[in-house]
Amino acid sequence: MNTNMKSVSAQYAAKHSKIYWLIHDSKIVAWRNLLQFYRNIEALFFDAIQPIIFILLFAFVFGGAIDVGDESYRSFLIPGIFVQTIAFAGASASVGLNDDMAKGLIDRFRSLPMNAGAVLFGRTSSDLFRGVITLVIMSITGLAIGWRITGGFLEAVFAYLLLLGFGFAMSWIGALIGLSVSNPQIASTAGFAWLFPLTFVSNAFVPTQTMPSWLQTIAEWNPISAIVAAERLLFGYQIDTTTGSFPMQNPVLMSVIWIVLILAIFMPLAIRKFKVATSR
Amino acid sequence: MSIAVEARGLTKSYKDVKALAGVDLVVPTGTILGLLGPNGAGKTTTVRILSTLLKPDSGTAQVAGVDILKEPAQAREIIGLSGQYAAVDENLTGRENLIMVGRLFRLPKKIAIEKADELLAKFNLTEAANRIVKTYSGGMRRRLDLASALISNPTVLFLDEPTTGLDPRSRLMMWQVIRDLVSEGTTVLLTTQYLEEADQLADNIMVIDHGRVIAEGTAAQLKQKIGGERIEVRVPLEKVSQAAQALKTVGSGEVLVELDHLTVPVAGKGGAKVVEAVRTLDGLGIEIEEIQLRQPTLDEVFLTLTGHVAEEASV
Repeated sequence: MNTNMKSVSAQYAAKHSKIYWLIHDSKIVAWRNLLQFYRNIEALFFDAIQPIIFILLFAFVFGGAIDVGDESYRSFLIPGIFVQTIAFAGASASVGLNDDMAKGLIDRFRSLPMNAGAVLFGRTSSDLFRGVITLVIMSITGLAIGWRITGGFLEAVFAYLLLLGFGFAMSWIGALIGLSVSNPQIASTAGFAWLFPLTFVSNAFVPTQTMPSWLQTIAEWNPISAIVAAERLLFGYQIDTTTGSFPMQNPVLMSVIWIVLILAIFMPLAIRKFKVATSR
Repeated sequence: MSIAVEARGLTKSYKDVKALAGVDLVVPTGTILGLLGPNGAGKTTTVRILSTLLKPDSGTAQVAGVDILKEPAQAREIIGLSGQYAAVDENLTGRENLIMVGRLFRLPKKIAIEKADELLAKFNLTEAANRIVKTYSGGMRRRLDLASALISNPTVLFLDEPTTGLDPRSRLMMWQVIRDLVSEGTTVLLTTQYLEEADQLADNIMVIDHGRVIAEGTAAQLKQKIGGERIEVRVPLEKVSQAAQALKTVGSGEVLVELDHLTVPVAGKGGAKVVEAVRTLDGLGIEIEEIQLRQPTLDEVFLTLTGHVAEEASV
């Protein structure tokens, strides 16, 4: 009992750099998030089933009604659903962090000499891990109903990395929302609400050409559209990159810019918010 | 006598509420300070500021010589916090919870595990160690939360209403744990809504109301100020006014009458005063239906100190 934990921890802490501790602390928080998540059978079930439902629903319900030109709607659609589902990682961060705040866990973390960014990095990286699993399930479902990757191997790898990068960026927006609202109910509404217009006012499900021109402009400058167009391009689906607005002509470049931009804005904001967040 | 916690002129306002209106406090090393007050008095705000979770609008504070406003990271290495709600992860086991906190405190893995097991044993949680916290009772969660706060052997421990919501047995257990910690040299600042708890544990008590300290001293000093213990008697309704007259001579203050219920503060030895009250009433032929000696309630403390009963501020 009389072991001096302070000096044990201080000596141990001094042995490593700040970055080492950020990674160390984030890993522990991420481990805890995943453990918590995968012990919750219901959440696990819906996490696996939701992407499957989405793909089947859109492919079979809307599939016949929406005309996208020569190629089949499914090849057009699947990248769109990938992006939409990944974007919803933001909501998961909102709900998870707010729940931690309501239960006093954020107070506990903040009273420890741990890295201030670690709780958020832990959250966003455990969401990233869930994103990988979601993408695997969705890809298998897609392949089962006739979607194919027709582009090159490296392009496909880059397509998946882009999706994960986008999900990671969205988690940081979600983190800021989760830390800013007062209770978990509001967090789940606020975390989800903005994602619907964001993902639907885009080229994810329908070609933007059918929209009124003002809406088309908004849709094309929506980050979702750039990512979706980049996914289509990288997975080998024929899209026209010679006309239209800048993001539609340079979707891959624009996607990278959007991800970097979102992270550059929302990471510091969320960490700043975390430093003053308390329960109630 | 060295000083473990010292705060001067702490103020904090939320949008339209003044939560703290200038609080000064000193806790000597190895003692317990009890902050007594109703909900919304500023107890939690004080604890949050001292445990680095909240920045005050003005004022200064040192914990074990560390300026917590300038060096919050350093302060976090020497404090332990157990908040009003058991801050434990319901989906982890008790053991996993403690190991997580130990590792985030940057103990090497092996030491974190040893320390976790040691605390589980100390808090009677060894049997439940590998069960998910969801299955724990309120008392067990509270003990686990306190164990999490102790993983670092903190010099100063902040406990925000450590026994609120606990059954009497768990409360006694918690009191014993707190006493043991102090006997090992830990300094404790705790908040409570119960005078009895402050009386049982604290070396010094500060009564706060609307963000201000309205009284402070040892339990004995405070009791003297608020008129010590209370005798409560129930007599037949028709004898109430006669009994009230008689009790005036026994008590040290005003007799409060509520239907057939009489309450009177007494100074000195409570037991002797009860005997005196029984003799007096019996001598007058007044039948005593019920009699008891008890500590003043928070309401009575506040009524005496402030002239108003403890009201819940809407914070």
